[in-house]
Amino acid sequence: MKRLFPIFGAITTALLGFALYEALIAAPTEQTMGNVQRIFYYHVSSAWTAFILFAINFVASIVYLVKRSEKADVIALVGAEVGVVFCTVVLVTGPLWARPVWGIWWAPGDVRLTSTLVLWLIYVSYLILRRFSSSGQTPMIAAVLAVFGALDVPLVYFSIWFFRTQHPQPVIGDGGAIDPRMMHVLLLNWLAFSCFAALLCWARYRLEVLRRDVDETLALESLLEPRGSR
Amino acid sequence: MSLFSSITAASLAKDIRLEWRSKDAINSMLFFALLVVVVFSFSFDPNAEESRRIAGGLIWVAFLFAAVVALNQTWARELRNQVLDAYRVSPASANSLFLGKALGNFIFVCVLEALMTPLFILFYNLRALGPAWQLIPIAVLGTWAIVVNGTFFAALSIRTRSREIMLPLLLFPISIPALLAMVQGTAAVLGGEFSARFWIALLVTYDVVFTIASLFLFETVLHAE
Repeated sequence: MKRLFPIFGAITTALLGFALYEALIAAPTEQTMGNVQRIFYYHVSSAWTAFILFAINFVASIVYLVKRSEKADVIALVGAEVGVVFCTVVLVTGPLWARPVWGIWWAPGDVRLTSTLVLWLIYVSYLILRRFSSSGQTPMIAAVLAVFGALDVPLVYFSIWFFRTQHPQPVIGDGGAIDPRMMHVLLLNWLAFSCFAALLCWARYRLEVLRRDVDETLALESLLEPRGSR
Repeated sequence: MSLFSSITAASLAKDIRLEWRSKDAINSMLFFALLVVVVFSFSFDPNAEESRRIAGGLIWVAFLFAAVVALNQTWARELRNQVLDAYRVSPASANSLFLGKALGNFIFVCVLEALMTPLFILFYNLRALGPAWQLIPIAVLGTWAIVVNGTFFAALSIRTRSREIMLPLLLFPISIPALLAMVQGTAAVLGGEFSARFWIALLVTYDVVFTIASLFLFETVLHAE
């Protein structure tokens, strides 16, 4: 397994480089938006990747609540952490694109935008909870919060969807056909970003397992060594 | 089933008696909400039309912040004298305890709302243009939404460091759909332009989903070691 890590890293790097070339140079320029539209390949790929990671967090949390396996807890933690990173990329690239195209940085009435922000807030509160709770109950508390957060997502979406219908909304290039070449580049970028996310998760998973091993060993050592023996 | 309701009733009666004698939660909530109303009335100087649009937001933000004051004390009070440990070893069902606590908080926040709403109407010269009776289901369902999740998250946050800060950090993100429904529902009734029906339906859904989730998971939280 350990030997696979650098190989997978090299593949991911190559894939990311190729996807960058495809997105910036090979993909056709959008008619009305021009080159600004190219941020779309990163924005959408990051969003899909983040949603998958949050889904992994949800499933791992349920597995933890049912089976109490430590592995599931580590996976849930890693999913939320890396998911928040990708979700942050989505929230930064969104306004960067919206400013020249919509003329505003932020549209409070837009469903996807605001839902993603609330999603980000929920998972940041999840990470803060994990940070603030240092006891052995952390995995259980965190798993319970993850379940609540996931239950909240459809409600957030519907509430904002209805909120939007009462408010003026920016003109979004919704619907309409996407150029098949653009779709191809998008899927390629998504693949590259997913590999990158998997690489990050892998590294973070190993780090977390090692950290827990070290903590456990230190705790054992302090038990074995009577006070003042050093 | 009789055990279930008698424990709930006993726990609720105990909380109400405690509150009746000390009046800690209700006094701090009332004064806090009053401060928020006064500060808001300085910050915005609205005319009637404007205040109708923003009053829904102001009133619920004030109640939400005030409710956190009471919710923080819910379980922290039981840590003294190891009452919570006694609950853990007792054969009583965890859910009946949870329901007792949640109902107690619900009553406290409702009392707060009943006392503060007239003041809000006075300060902001409010008059409903839509069907005013719809404010009652919005208030009841919205209060339950805050209180049921708040009671649950307060039980989570007593397991952490600096628990007083932790509760709002957990509660607010999850409450956003409920808060949006309360604020927009109230604004719809006050403005009379839109129907508040969808928001009431959303609050019902929110309440059902999170009441079931809390009852489902509370035992895990209480008995976690």
